[in-house]
Amino acid sequence: MGDFDFSVWQPSLPFIRDGLLFTLRLTLIAMSGGIVLGTLLALARLSPNRWLANAASLYVNTMRSIPLVLVILWFFLVIPYLTGKPVGAETSAMITFTAFEAAFYCEIMRAGIQGIPRGQVAAAQALGLSSTQTMVHVVLPQAVRNMLPVLLTQTIVLFQDTSLVWAIGAKDLLKAADVAGKNYNRPVEMIVLSALIYFAICFSLSIAVRQIQKRGQQ
Amino acid sequence: MNYNWNWGIFLDQVKGGDETYLDWLATGLGWTVAVSLTAWLMALLLGIAIGTLRTLPSRPLATFGAAWVELFRNLPLLVQMFLWFFVVPELLPKDWGLWVKRDMPAKEFITAAVCLGLFTSSRVAEQVRSGIQSLPRGQMHAALAMGFTLPQAYRHVLLPQALRRVIPPLTSEFMNVFKNSSVAFAIGVMELTFQARQMQEDSEQGIETYVAVTILYFLCAIIANRGMAVIEARSRIPGLIGGSH
Amino acid sequence: MIEIRHLSKWYGPTQVLDDCSTHVAKGEVVVVCGPSGSGKSTLIKCVNGLEGFQQGELVVDGVSLGDAKTDLTRLRARVGMVFQHFELFPHMSVLKNLMLAQIKVLGRNPDEAATRGLALLERVGLKAHAEKFPAQLSGGQQQRVAIARALAMDPVCLLFDEPTSALDPEMIGEVLDVMVELAAEGMTMMCVTHEMGFARKVAKRVVFMDHGHIVEEAPAMQFFEAPQSERAQAFLSKILHH
Repeated sequence: MGDFDFSVWQPSLPFIRDGLLFTLRLTLIAMSGGIVLGTLLALARLSPNRWLANAASLYVNTMRSIPLVLVILWFFLVIPYLTGKPVGAETSAMITFTAFEAAFYCEIMRAGIQGIPRGQVAAAQALGLSSTQTMVHVVLPQAVRNMLPVLLTQTIVLFQDTSLVWAIGAKDLLKAADVAGKNYNRPVEMIVLSALIYFAICFSLSIAVRQIQKRGQQ
Repeated sequence: MNYNWNWGIFLDQVKGGDETYLDWLATGLGWTVAVSLTAWLMALLLGIAIGTLRTLPSRPLATFGAAWVELFRNLPLLVQMFLWFFVVPELLPKDWGLWVKRDMPAKEFITAAVCLGLFTSSRVAEQVRSGIQSLPRGQMHAALAMGFTLPQAYRHVLLPQALRRVIPPLTSEFMNVFKNSSVAFAIGVMELTFQARQMQEDSEQGIETYVAVTILYFLCAIIANRGMAVIEARSRIPGLIGGSH
Repeated sequence: MIEIRHLSKWYGPTQVLDDCSTHVAKGEVVVVCGPSGSGKSTLIKCVNGLEGFQQGELVVDGVSLGDAKTDLTRLRARVGMVFQHFELFPHMSVLKNLMLAQIKVLGRNPDEAATRGLALLERVGLKAHAEKFPAQLSGGQQQRVAIARALAMDPVCLLFDEPTSALDPEMIGEVLDVMVELAAEGMTMMCVTHEMGFARKVAKRVVFMDHGHIVEEAPAMQFFEAPQSERAQAFLSKILHH
């Protein structure tokens, strides 16, 4: 057994807190942006316009078949050429995760929309609602409610995946632990601390999702 | 910003070596495939065992299975890589830890394959468990009524059916293994993503590099998918649609 | 052959069997009937230990099921069971379904198991379907295969748990024919069924259950002509006039 010195946790806490705050901010931004963009993609995939539907499914399938690390590297490389100026790792991470997660939220929303009985659409249209109104007021609210556990599970996955911004050096929880480990020359203790934080958050979230799922079944 | 395209870069020699960039990518592909297949084999064996445990009438065994799944599912893969690489050797008896750190052959490869295998095993276990639980209870009753022991009932009646049912979700898990193997670059496995970063820095032709690597990952995904489709077709039961019901 | 004495069973706080006693002698056919939820399926599943019980005694062919030391596996190998939903193994051919337990449980060699399997398939009129898979057969054919599968183990008695209630009406006859034949050959049978024609034809006695009780037990003729309890009368009038 190696010698551990966990007293290093205390002085590193401010560091870790900043890293965790970035991780949470990245998760929330990518979640909200990803769900909005994903819903639009889902509508595009279900649209009768073949061109639009194909473009959306090409985007979604591409994102889903390449490793996230590679997507992170791709965006970090390409964004400066598109915007004409270099962007920081943090901004790049936010854009990447929103775009990447949108593909996954899209598939969830698509399943949710397709799960709504056709009778609901017919009923809404019989009341004189336009197809946009039907989608916004009748179909989407039900789809989101039915898919809530899956959307949340995907968000837990997203939260874990944010650790991969390590690849471009964005200062998230894992990077903070990494840096603190180097500063105090206690890398092992700091990895353990970050693992405990990740586990505590993911485990409590997944218990919460199970509760919501149970309530939904009743 | 302007970009200088150079699609011939792959045949150029790397700086300070006599290999070409193509050689780097080929090495990368080799390690990606090696890590993925080793991890997948491990994940299948462990996943089937753990998934089965979770359906057994024994409380301690089922709890062990549940703990296994929660442990590997609630930690980011990258953090798990670091735990296996940096932390686990410290937990071993001193001599062993030193051996692992200094002398273990192919240390990065073994660590990455074990880590990815265990991570994936929890996901395979969940699929196997739901596959077993989706079978009608009568199948277990019928097997027991004929005098089978519990292990025989699992071996001959439940598992052959459950595994057929979970081939589609296992197909996407298999494709995920190739994608997830990219995380191994973080502990220095010289797989595709590692080579991509290295080639980008060395050649300064990032876009060409990433295009090539993206295509290689696509190919892995397609081959994995087709491979599983062949298995699915071979194991289809006459008279059943898609092997279910 | 089957002795059931004062059997009681609870699922948590709900009592599903209440002080049930009956018996099936060697060579006898006993029909168990009653409304759904009366506990008849639970009772028959207790006989080969698929369901446990908390009180009473159950002895099958000299083996007591309440005894923790009883080797259930060995007992089950000698007691055949036919299920409502057939429960053939869908991933094996019909013949393999008949061979599997002969090989794995009785230790017969594959040739011997195949010969025995084919002979039994011939007997239920399905030898031509030996290489098909269960899902390629009709419900009636599947249930006949299931009976042959149970017979392949050379059981000392057969348990039937509503063998015809999942079948389309036109397929019930072919399954009952096989069962009548078995009865005529002297097979000991305990059958949970609503087929009153079958009961009349072959049953020695009828056991009528309701709410976990054995309400009435009588020779078949007597049960049909002059049921004693009100509940049996109500049940019979519903069943027979449909």
